[in-house]
Amino acid sequence: MEFILSLGIGVMTGSGVWLILRPRTYQVIIGLSLLSYAVNLFIFGVGGLKVNAPAILQEGVDISAYTDPVPQALVLTAIVIGFATTALFLVVLLAARGLTGTDHVDGREQP
Amino acid sequence: MPEYLLLLLLVLPFVGSLAIASLLRTAARTLPSWLAGSVALLATILTASYYPSVTNGKVVRYEIAWLPELGLNFTLRLDGFAWLFTMLVTAIGFLVVLYARYYMSAEDPIPRFFSFLLAFMGAMLGVVLSGNIILLSIFWELTSIFSFLLIGYWYHNANARDGARMALTITGIGGFCLLVGFLLIGHIVGSYDLDRVLASGDIIREHPLYLPALVLILIGALTKSAQFPFHFWLPNAMAAPTPVSAYLHSATMVKAGVFLLVRLWPALSGTFEWFWLVGLAGISTLLLGAYFAIFQRDLKGLLAYSTISHLGLITTLLSLGSPLAAVAAVFHMVNHATFKASLFMAAGIIDHETGTRDMQKLSGLFRYLPYTASLAMVACAAMAGVPLLNGFLSKEMFFAEAVETHADSILDRALPYIATLAGAFSVAYSIRFIHTVFFGPPPTDIPKPHPHEPPRWMRFPVESLVFACLIVGIVPSLSIGPFLHTAVLSVLGPETPYYSLAVWHGFNLPLVMSIVAMLGGAALYFALHNYLARCEDGPPIFRHLRGQRIFERILVTLSWKWARWLEANIGTRRLQPQLRIVAVVAFLAAFLPLHFSGFDAKLPPVRGVDPAFVMLWIIGMLSALAAAFLAKYHRFAALLLIGGSGIVTCVTFAWLSAPDLAITQLLVEIVTTVLLLLGLRWLPKRLGKIDESATFSARLRRLRDFAIAVACGVGMSILAYAVMTLPVPDTIANFFLERAYSEGGGRNVVNVILVDFRGFDTMGEIAVLGIVGLTVFALLRRFRPATESIGLPEQQRIQNAYDDAQPERNKGDTVRDYLFVPSVVMQWLFPVVITFAIYLFMRGHDLPGGGFAAGITMAIAFLLQYLAGGTRWAEDRLRILPLRWIAFGLLIAAATGAGSWFFGYPFLTSHSQYLTLPLIGKVPTASALLFDLGVFSLVVGATVLILIAIAHQSIRTYRVKTAPKTEDA
Repeated sequence: MEFILSLGIGVMTGSGVWLILRPRTYQVIIGLSLLSYAVNLFIFGVGGLKVNAPAILQEGVDISAYTDPVPQALVLTAIVIGFATTALFLVVLLAARGLTGTDHVDGREQP
Repeated sequence: MPEYLLLLLLVLPFVGSLAIASLLRTAARTLPSWLAGSVALLATILTASYYPSVTNGKVVRYEIAWLPELGLNFTLRLDGFAWLFTMLVTAIGFLVVLYARYYMSAEDPIPRFFSFLLAFMGAMLGVVLSGNIILLSIFWELTSIFSFLLIGYWYHNANARDGARMALTITGIGGFCLLVGFLLIGHIVGSYDLDRVLASGDIIREHPLYLPALVLILIGALTKSAQFPFHFWLPNAMAAPTPVSAYLHSATMVKAGVFLLVRLWPALSGTFEWFWLVGLAGISTLLLGAYFAIFQRDLKGLLAYSTISHLGLITTLLSLGSPLAAVAAVFHMVNHATFKASLFMAAGIIDHETGTRDMQKLSGLFRYLPYTASLAMVACAAMAGVPLLNGFLSKEMFFAEAVETHADSILDRALPYIATLAGAFSVAYSIRFIHTVFFGPPPTDIPKPHPHEPPRWMRFPVESLVFACLIVGIVPSLSIGPFLHTAVLSVLGPETPYYSLAVWHGFNLPLVMSIVAMLGGAALYFALHNYLARCEDGPPIFRHLRGQRIFERILVTLSWKWARWLEANIGTRRLQPQLRIVAVVAFLAAFLPLHFSGFDAKLPPVRGVDPAFVMLWIIGMLSALAAAFLAKYHRFAALLLIGGSGIVTCVTFAWLSAPDLAITQLLVEIVTTVLLLLGLRWLPKRLGKIDESATFSARLRRLRDFAIAVACGVGMSILAYAVMTLPVPDTIANFFLERAYSEGGGRNVVNVILVDFRGFDTMGEIAVLGIVGLTVFALLRRFRPATESIGLPEQQRIQNAYDDAQPERNKGDTVRDYLFVPSVVMQWLFPVVITFAIYLFMRGHDLPGGGFAAGITMAIAFLLQYLAGGTRWAEDRLRILPLRWIAFGLLIAAATGAGSWFFGYPFLTSHSQYLTLPLIGKVPTASALLFDLGVFSLVVGATVLILIAIAHQSIRTYRVKTAPKTEDA
């Protein structure tokens, strides 16, 4: 379980890093999305992975049986904020393309 | 006197400053000066009434806890020395206000002047009264800032601007060094409390950090007191209005440096380093300042250099390390403040009446201004050290100390001669001041040809100060004696030596030195008389070696040449190299520490894996890789593929017992996809034609990026595996799990953390969300798309072409009926989705759900209507006011938080109980639910605002770029 998930995180990170190093704004935005999946999963994984653990407090269940709620709380807001920043970035790059006439990240084509 | 009145004394000038600042926009002329005068007078009276509390070494302390956990307290401390200085600051402050009332002309903005002046007075009182060295350095910095504002008061004048900037740069650097020095002292002593620092002199002097701390503190003190080699800012600061010079540059601010040296004298002095560093600076300043002063053409320039020289005298006295010299230093500080302030004021009167300060133009003013002239002559005589005036007494003490042997060295043996020479110089410039300005033929070339005596109350400050010079000079032990003793006792304590303030000590060596200096100075002046009447400004030889020019050259080199070089050689405006550096640094930041701390793969072996999970992640990984490959040419495909990765992430959350995350991820996935789809409309279309003609260097670049990406990916994998499998120590999770129900009143711990335990974080996060929404909205109001994206999208063009080709169809039919059945379903789903959102919201505290998820669901409900019927259709039927949703959300969240104040709890303390409603049953009504309502409302508002703002771009009409401006449709 851990192995597969960490492999997946690695692949998402690698793809994301590759994309943010590319010259087109759209590639960068896709890359950032992939990176945010990877980072969210990573933070989530810090609490340890538990399958079929109770997520909601119940009577008579030992505390150690629950999943760790702290990383989840962190990731939850990160997901929503991630959407907002993606939107902001998208709008900035739309405006940049309108102003510069190109979708290159530097605002002009490199020779 | 109760000690809390100290706080009043300190706060009073600042309050006065604010009160006067409120008159800034008015043309009030007399009110500000009255206000400032009353504040200064009140402060003087307050200070005076504290005198009985500080005699005989008593100290008044007032303390408020500030940051007790860092050992920092807001401590005010008044002892005899501080009292004497406070008296100088407040009393001379009052006289300066009175003088300025008549000095400032009708065109000057009066409220600004007095506001700054009072604020400066407050900062200066802060320096003097601070009982904590960190607090002291804060006020120290404030004096620099207000001095900057005061020097630059006539900011339309380039000299004033330059002088102000230079003063701020020099004293600001000094202030920074001082702070670092104080931090070192605090480290050595273990406390920032002034009393403890003063009591720990031996520990400080023997500590290895003594020298760095000393050097840093000295830089602070010497820059402030304009000591060589930092002296050059003071003459340039003379561009300030004369009351400012009289106050800041004679009595108070420049004295702050020597004040500090006296203050820390018990803690720092007495070492070899102290003697050499302070002594060299003091002696060279004493001599050079006096020499430069002779050759100034500007009256205020002469006084400025004379001030530098006298401060050098005080510094020299302090360097000697003998208690008697310290007494002389304190005494001379007071004397210098009185005669120099009065001289500056006299110079101001001369300037005011004649319109010039150039000594080559002024002459024979005695016949016009006999009264002012007499006053100035007495003050000048005090400056020169003529008997029966206060300057004589402290100068005699200085000469006596110069003759004594302290630390046997060349410096010490040369001191008597240097002192006499400097004394002669000061006699020479004093005579020059009097002789050129007041005697000789009537002036011929002055801007205001008919000077006359100033108003009665403009002379009053000069009169009082000159009177003080006389009184102290004639009967010292009856006038200044007790106050000086109180001050000295508080600095030196049991070390206080015997000293005598008598005018006549018999015919001794210091008196001989005085006589030699008098005669030599007079002879020097009359020898130079003709030269001075014609010469250029500035002293011979040194005329071309100007500190100001060196300073400017250094500034240009630092802030222009080096900055340009760095920008040209290290900086780049291109994004890709920057991101590449970020990626590599991030990789190394994780890799290097792990590598050097000997982290090797002691990872547990791979446990059994669930094949379904493997299949899931094969899809996830393939989607990610394919998205990376296709994002350049197949943008739509790439968007769908990251959607695939998102879904896999979502399923993973669900699989691993995190239902809240799964819900949120799924919902956010929907809005993100819609968002990017809307964005794609405005991005260039790229066809799937791989550029095969890539050059070799481009291939190399790709290879390098690929290597970075692989390294980051592999590193992240290993790190993630390690984090997930290595045993986790006891975490704070248990804290939340144990208290979520008992204290937060909810069973869904994630939600309880968000809205209760970490409510303040969430508050910040929703604020960010709201700000981003508004920013997107604002950015899009002036959105100008690229020319080739303005036309209809390709799909609609094909559909319209189809309509055109079919005779029975009208143009637009296909577009309208496109996805007709799904759109009907979407319209019908509206109430269902809203109900679902409410459901998610209501259960959030106890079951998966909550404000965030519900908010996005609600936003999706609105979004579906836009998708189903188009923007115009939706807005004809539905008025969503996202800005109000955002405002309501923030308000209710903040109000819930503030509500707990009414019950005496900290911000955002929540209260919970269950309410039984008919039909529905038990409903949790924690106050956190209200807070969650705020989160919900804000998330709806921000999400809808962002999406609608982008969607709106399609129905705006754009002019093609030939028109320069495209306004809102």
